[in-house]
Amino acid sequence: MKIGICVKRVPDTETRPKVASDGKTFDLSEAKYVISPYDEFGIEEALKLKEANGGEVVLISLDSSGDVSVIRNGLAMGADRAIIVEGDGERDPYETAVVLSDVLKEENFDMVFFGKQGVGHDYQQVPSIVAEIMNLPMISVVVELKVEGDTVTAVREIEGGEEVVEAKLPVLISAQKGLNVPRYPSLRGIMAAKRKPVDKKSPNYSSEKLSWEVEKVELPPPRKAGKIVEGEVEDQVKEIVKFLSEEVKII
Amino acid sequence: MAVYVLIENRYNKIKNPSFESLSAAKKLAEKFSTDNIAILFGEAENSSELGKYGADKVIKVNTGSDLVSRDVIIDAVYEILSNDSDFKALFASATSFGKDIIPGISARFKKGIAQDITELFYDSDPIMIKRPVFAGKAFEVIKFTDFPYFITTRPNVFKKAEYNSSGEIKEIEKSVSPDSLKTTLKEMKSTGSGQIELTEANVIVSGGRGMKGPENFKIIEDLAALLNAAVGASRAAVDEGWIDHQHQVGQTGKTVSPTVYIACGISGAIQHLAGMSSSKYIIAINKDPDAPIFKVADLGIVADLFKVVPALTEELKKVLNK
Repeated sequence: MKIGICVKRVPDTETRPKVASDGKTFDLSEAKYVISPYDEFGIEEALKLKEANGGEVVLISLDSSGDVSVIRNGLAMGADRAIIVEGDGERDPYETAVVLSDVLKEENFDMVFFGKQGVGHDYQQVPSIVAEIMNLPMISVVVELKVEGDTVTAVREIEGGEEVVEAKLPVLISAQKGLNVPRYPSLRGIMAAKRKPVDKKSPNYSSEKLSWEVEKVELPPPRKAGKIVEGEVEDQVKEIVKFLSEEVKII
Repeated sequence: MAVYVLIENRYNKIKNPSFESLSAAKKLAEKFSTDNIAILFGEAENSSELGKYGADKVIKVNTGSDLVSRDVIIDAVYEILSNDSDFKALFASATSFGKDIIPGISARFKKGIAQDITELFYDSDPIMIKRPVFAGKAFEVIKFTDFPYFITTRPNVFKKAEYNSSGEIKEIEKSVSPDSLKTTLKEMKSTGSGQIELTEANVIVSGGRGMKGPENFKIIEDLAALLNAAVGASRAAVDEGWIDHQHQVGQTGKTVSPTVYIACGISGAIQHLAGMSSSKYIIAINKDPDAPIFKVADLGIVADLFKVVPALTEELKKVLNK
């Protein structure tokens, strides 16, 4: 089974974005970069499938940073090789999807994984657009996955419930937290990753018009600390009840 | 020319966030002096409310089944939109359904979509929207460069408004041949029936590492039941396996904006604050007076949650006569 996972290099979830001097982008110079956490669920699932069925696991990333170390973490987890498409910075999600689809078409995977969204921009649409461009069956926000022969059965998360969806290979899956617990790279994995192939490619960006332009970015208004109540439990409870009735007005 | 809204129909009932999206779309349709058209799949017991919240027309698509696969929806909506050479926008609510289907449709028009928007600037030209990034630690304001617009609206942010539009229903048939489907929806399961969904809740009671174990979430659930609230959790509690991931608030979980968020035994890591800081009011109960959660709380209770929460539940029972 040949499995591809599209991964994105993103600032980790500790990051506090600051508005850059142009007012349209974020200053992330102090950020530590990682593979987007949702993508790791995809990597883990692909590795488990390879362990059960044999095959190959390939990481694909559109990235303009020149920093390969983050993608190597995915190789250290156990992926066999990586393809980095060296882009020119953050692009419209449709354009991103076109570039990734070009690589996926060449590779002819049995399964393609994505994280359900890239942490940071949180666009939450590249997997759906890739599925349309490639005419692949797609199952999104997957929390449970079973592959038997060429039949894939997945449980996807919906608000207050679940959906069970079936499809035939090749299929595109977007991974949600809960699908598995991603492994940490072993020391041996880290050493092996240094010798695994990383191919670099140039993108062919689509000539389609952009969907939008960023006008500005901003931070939410800071919240102020309110009243702090210490002391007896009885008084504290009264304080909460008063707050719920007089301020919040829900009781 | 029209503005369209894809309606989410679950268990033969239209979900509330779809009405919010419908009202937001109606305002845009009015700006363009055009119709706001709802697209509904199958039978819904509350379909008459579509007109009330702003649908000038309703296109009801009959597929012969309550389990409609995403491919069928994408195909059918694409057909409807393709017949309108000058359609302005497609809306849906930013739920698991909307966020999955709308980019599938926008892709056919070679467009990206503005997911999860929290504000629409109706008077700007061209139209601009605001959406959270970094799970709510920041926002971006984007301006559309070209029609049509594809938009999903964050639940619990846009208010449904009574327009009392005609909501005239036109039915169309969509025949589905099961063999041609790329994906087949086999089953829809409701987990924890009667529970209020986090992203739609007006009140959330949330537990963190301070809960100490899964068995203690009972006191959170009791308080939540009394306040008609949804149950939330921090990543720490979820990663410990005390409660399902569906309840996680914050980055790698859900971003919520209830009227009041009651955080119990949650210290307030940046990832958690990102997901709940847009709550109107925040009440924090934590025994550590230095917990970062107190920096954002409107009311901070420095106490042992195992004493305060059950006592609060008892007191509220008296106040509410329950």
